[in-house]
Amino acid sequence: MNAPDTKPLIQVSQLTREFDVSKPWLNRLLEREPKQFLRAVDNVHFTINKGETLALVGESGSGKSTIAKMLVGLLEPSVGSIVFDGQAMRTDTSADMQALRKRFQMIFQSPYASLNPRWKVGKVIAEPMTMLAVELSARQIQRRVDELLALVGLSAPDADKFPHEFSGGQRQRIAIARALSASPEFIVCDEPTSALDVSVQAQILNLMRDLQDKLGLTYLFISHDLSVVRHMANRIGVLYLGALVEIADSKTLFTHPVHPYTRMLLDAVPDLSMSGRERKRVEGEIPNPINPPAGCTFHPRCPFANSRCKSEVPQLKTYGTGVASCHAVEEGRID
Amino acid sequence: MTTPVLSVRDLVVEFPTRHGPLTAISGVSFDLAAGEILGVVGESGAGKSLTGSAIIGLLDPPGRVVSGEIWLQGVRIDQLRGEDMRVLRGRQVGMVFQDPLTSLNPLYTIAQQLIETIRAHLKVSASDARKRAIKLLDDVGIPAASRRIDDYPHQFSGGMRQRVVIALALSAEPALVIADEPTTALDVSVQAQIIEVLKEQCTQRGASIMLITHDMGVIAEAADRVAVMYAGRIAEIGPVKDIIQNALHPYTAGLMGSIPSLTQEENRLVQIPGAMPRLADMPSGCAFHPRCERVFEHCKRHRPELISVGTHEVSCWLYKEAGGEATTP
Repeated sequence: MNAPDTKPLIQVSQLTREFDVSKPWLNRLLEREPKQFLRAVDNVHFTINKGETLALVGESGSGKSTIAKMLVGLLEPSVGSIVFDGQAMRTDTSADMQALRKRFQMIFQSPYASLNPRWKVGKVIAEPMTMLAVELSARQIQRRVDELLALVGLSAPDADKFPHEFSGGQRQRIAIARALSASPEFIVCDEPTSALDVSVQAQILNLMRDLQDKLGLTYLFISHDLSVVRHMANRIGVLYLGALVEIADSKTLFTHPVHPYTRMLLDAVPDLSMSGRERKRVEGEIPNPINPPAGCTFHPRCPFANSRCKSEVPQLKTYGTGVASCHAVEEGRID
Repeated sequence: MTTPVLSVRDLVVEFPTRHGPLTAISGVSFDLAAGEILGVVGESGAGKSLTGSAIIGLLDPPGRVVSGEIWLQGVRIDQLRGEDMRVLRGRQVGMVFQDPLTSLNPLYTIAQQLIETIRAHLKVSASDARKRAIKLLDDVGIPAASRRIDDYPHQFSGGMRQRVVIALALSAEPALVIADEPTTALDVSVQAQIIEVLKEQCTQRGASIMLITHDMGVIAEAADRVAVMYAGRIAEIGPVKDIIQNALHPYTAGLMGSIPSLTQEENRLVQIPGAMPRLADMPSGCAFHPRCERVFEHCKRHRPELISVGTHEVSCWLYKEAGGEATTP
């Protein structure tokens, strides 16, 4: 992999998103209940440099997909900002937003749901070019579709087939070709391989890395699978209940995890090499995000929690090359 | 060796279609010893879940067992029908499925479901059954079991629900538990706990487990032996450690290489080209030959059978010494 450029392509600050999960108006009135909000993403900061892969990892309900949607302008942040190469991201359809939209794309989890079953593959792949008003003639678009199919390991005649004629792995290749068709610089990949079998997953991960090298792409890679994340990412951010608890270099995170949640997550991964490495038992489950614990949201499951953890929200602090938010680490209670 | 708890011999499962029968499982044989945990691993379409369903007589029609024998604790069960099979399910074979929300009835409390199951199989009074149910919930790690037993399934989290399903599966002290992707719907931190509970509780009760999963990690964690399935057949079977560290079959080796490592830096993952064949156009000879990098002429025409190589059994022509034209290329 190329050494990533250090110029940040994307700057995310104070990103927060709340969803209204209140009961209907009449129920609230009768049961005298206030409105309820679910904070899916809570004050998240990160940057992504040009040419690098930042991975976000977390369990269900940690806000990974909400962040992905906000980054491509599919959801409006409640608070905070996303700056793409100096330009603020919005969800409207103004001319400068349209110009910005050409520069990023998204790959979704399920290639069964993300491809229109009534469209031929050629049309699916050409859509971003026509929608984003890339100035190309019909013939040029046709040629580009053929090129893209070859690029992802399919062949030009596949453009005349329908998505159902392809296997899951091939469909994900089509989804990747579509994402690349308007020549974006940045691609948000939301669990791109979790619907695939492991031997097919390897094909897709290899393809995505090859494409990154060839086209100089920047990825935000979202996954719940730590081994996939380690394989793909330069840097990794760990999310817990909507908050970023640690960001570190891929290597550092796996050899020297700082935050107790990261440590627990690593201990939970099955030991495939069967080396008999020492592992702690994992305790507890993710609390209900509608009513998260006070202070550090991880404290009910944390073996190092004390009274400060129960009342005060920890802030991200720098440790070595990464950052983490933990009182116990800050106070030196754990190394 | 004593009689195995479960013995499957030459199991063949077919789905009749207008264009002739499709063979989904062809000639699967294995034994499961008392207290043993056998992992069955494979990708989608390998036939692993189908093997599990065939054993407990839950094949969805029109799928049917065409030939082969299934023996449970020395009794042949593949010809049992209706009521006889129903008595066996739950009493002798417990089941844990992927999605705990669909395997529990949302309209009944946990107590009702557990007590019903216990009393269906064992002759105990309602109050004894309730005591037993509470004990079971306690064993599988449900906190405050005596209070939570009267809750409904929706009041439990995903991991807790799967614990309840394990309690249900164990409620009549079965000799065998078939767990079909028991952790696939769960988060990784919860997955580790569920595997632990399943393993611990079955070991304590002396029950064997047939653990069906696509996740090699789960197998490494829990199983004693593993059967790797490909296109309706067993490609390789042997002790977990040997298979993971020294896979013989090219498919197993490819599968292991395609899993990204947590500890080692690799630039490229091993990839197996292509995808699992569809039932309707199964390749001739060894079903894996079109994707195999060590294929030779013999593989394309002749189907390999399982042969013993060291601690493994493997169905691959590479390991057949006296195979006439089947010489290693």
